[in-house]
Amino acid sequence: MSNLIILPIVIPLLTGIILIFFNKNIKIQKWLSLIASLAGVVVAGSIVQTVHINGIQTLEIGNWKPPYGIVFVADMYSSLLVLTTSIIAFTSLLFAFSSISAEREKYYFYSGVQFLILGVSGAFLTGDIFNLFVFFEVMLMSSYLLIVLGSTKIQLRESIKYILVNVISSALFVIAVAYLYAVTGTLNMADLSVRIAEMGQSGLLTVISILFLIVFGLKGALFPLYFWLPGSYQAPPSVVTALFGALLTKVGIYSITRVYTLIFYHDPSFTHQILAWLSALTIIFGVIGAIAYWDIKKIVIYNIITAVGVILFGIAANTPEAVEGSVYYLVHDMIIKGALFFLVGAIIAVTGTSNLRKFSGLIASHPFLGWMFFIAALSLAGIPPFSGFVGKLKIVQGGFEAGEYTIAFIVLLSSLLVLYSVMKIFINGFWGEPKEEIITRKGSTKGLLLPIVILITLTVAYGFGVEWLSPYISQAADTLLDPTLYIQAVLKE
Amino acid sequence: MEVLMSIVVGILFSAAVYLMLSKSLLRIIIGTGLLSHGAHLLILTMGGLKQGAAPLLGEHAQSYVDPLPQALILTAIVISFGVTSFFLVLAYRSYQELGTDDMDQLRGNDQYE
Repeated sequence: MSNLIILPIVIPLLTGIILIFFNKNIKIQKWLSLIASLAGVVVAGSIVQTVHINGIQTLEIGNWKPPYGIVFVADMYSSLLVLTTSIIAFTSLLFAFSSISAEREKYYFYSGVQFLILGVSGAFLTGDIFNLFVFFEVMLMSSYLLIVLGSTKIQLRESIKYILVNVISSALFVIAVAYLYAVTGTLNMADLSVRIAEMGQSGLLTVISILFLIVFGLKGALFPLYFWLPGSYQAPPSVVTALFGALLTKVGIYSITRVYTLIFYHDPSFTHQILAWLSALTIIFGVIGAIAYWDIKKIVIYNIITAVGVILFGIAANTPEAVEGSVYYLVHDMIIKGALFFLVGAIIAVTGTSNLRKFSGLIASHPFLGWMFFIAALSLAGIPPFSGFVGKLKIVQGGFEAGEYTIAFIVLLSSLLVLYSVMKIFINGFWGEPKEEIITRKGSTKGLLLPIVILITLTVAYGFGVEWLSPYISQAADTLLDPTLYIQAVLKE
Repeated sequence: MEVLMSIVVGILFSAAVYLMLSKSLLRIIIGTGLLSHGAHLLILTMGGLKQGAAPLLGEHAQSYVDPLPQALILTAIVISFGVTSFFLVLAYRSYQELGTDDMDQLRGNDQYE
């Protein structure tokens, strides 16, 4: 029992409600949400430390013992993700302060962000598969608000499709939960794992596991279910895209990981094989998209899809090395995607366009921004010593161990193409002759650089501090590889 | 009873799919409504349509109804109400702004950017 782990859910909930009452006073909203998100970082950090020292923390709501009551569980995997989420939330708020228009701020932008954080942290911490659905919906409702806020034509058009896709996937989620409940008679994840281990994973359960893969694949943008993502993520302002790209797809990945390592791990030759090939196709199509477009926002958006494939391949390979690598890469990817979307937002603020053909030579007027982008690009592609390297190395190593030579090779090859896609932005946008219209315009990056610097510093520190981080990461991988640790912590048998 | 319910769920799903494949946005929203109705009925059916007393402690009945599926649909119904109303408002707002509710015209073309 530890009441600490409810705080990442309670703090944004209360802050979001309080902010609604200050809808006229933007200044108070800014301060309150900043303080709340700082508190979130501190709380999440202390949860990580507590889990590291005392093992998995659980909280039974109302003292109802699992599997009957609702239970919140913080193992190292979820608490690391909560910590990264709160860091992204903090930096996004900093970025929003100087980039979001007053028109959007007036219509509860900051409350929306707080509720989004609530949904994401809740989805990471819950130990019950129906509550996972509820937190998904909390997160989706706030994402509907954020994606449509400002109601430009493109936002309205894309949010219709976004909501439609998510309504359908939510219905599928309910259906999958219904089937699972009919077969096993429980919804607590630890209890599910125990019961399925007892009665064996029949064909019916494997079908249900694929249904879950479809649901979470829609949210996490797995091939062929990522079709909605490029359009929807392009519509809102860069801060919102950063929040979505760094957090929403990662919740889908987290759920696939949780379900496939804790509950449906008995038939890997079928389920994990499908996951492996789907992730390989996700990588290929993501890379193709990233290379094809000349719109900087689109390029980074397609890089989200590639990363989804890489992370899930680590889970599908299911060797200790690969799972550890996937945890490394997931945390790295959340940070770097936040940083990249902030950089894209800053470039758009400077040039007024996201079309790579319309500007060049930015480095002359904005050298600092340029070099920040360069570091982010190297880190995204996984060039040592930056943060992407260790994760990708371990995933590829694990892939070779598992005998998935083709897919591991695709992962390696994709790194080159990812590097090409971001270097294309650097070479065409930052080098070359400065175009005159940009020079005269000279948009300001005032206030936009601080969150970028924070995240870039983090990726560099993450890369250099791997030695120091590895006990935490391997602890996270241990719980994923050995479901009994999780089950014992929850059911206390 | 379960068989009958399964057929009803199937009809609801097929009607939902038909409506969602149409061009008009309003029909699509009605389709999503039917889809979530079908999903809720499915939870209820999957939990088992038992005949028994209300699940109260101290009633000493022979058999109890399983309360969990009802709790689940209650939550799911509330969520789908919320989403449907949001979707309706969005459809109205986008009709005002874009001047159409035809999904073919709402494809990614420049006219509506």
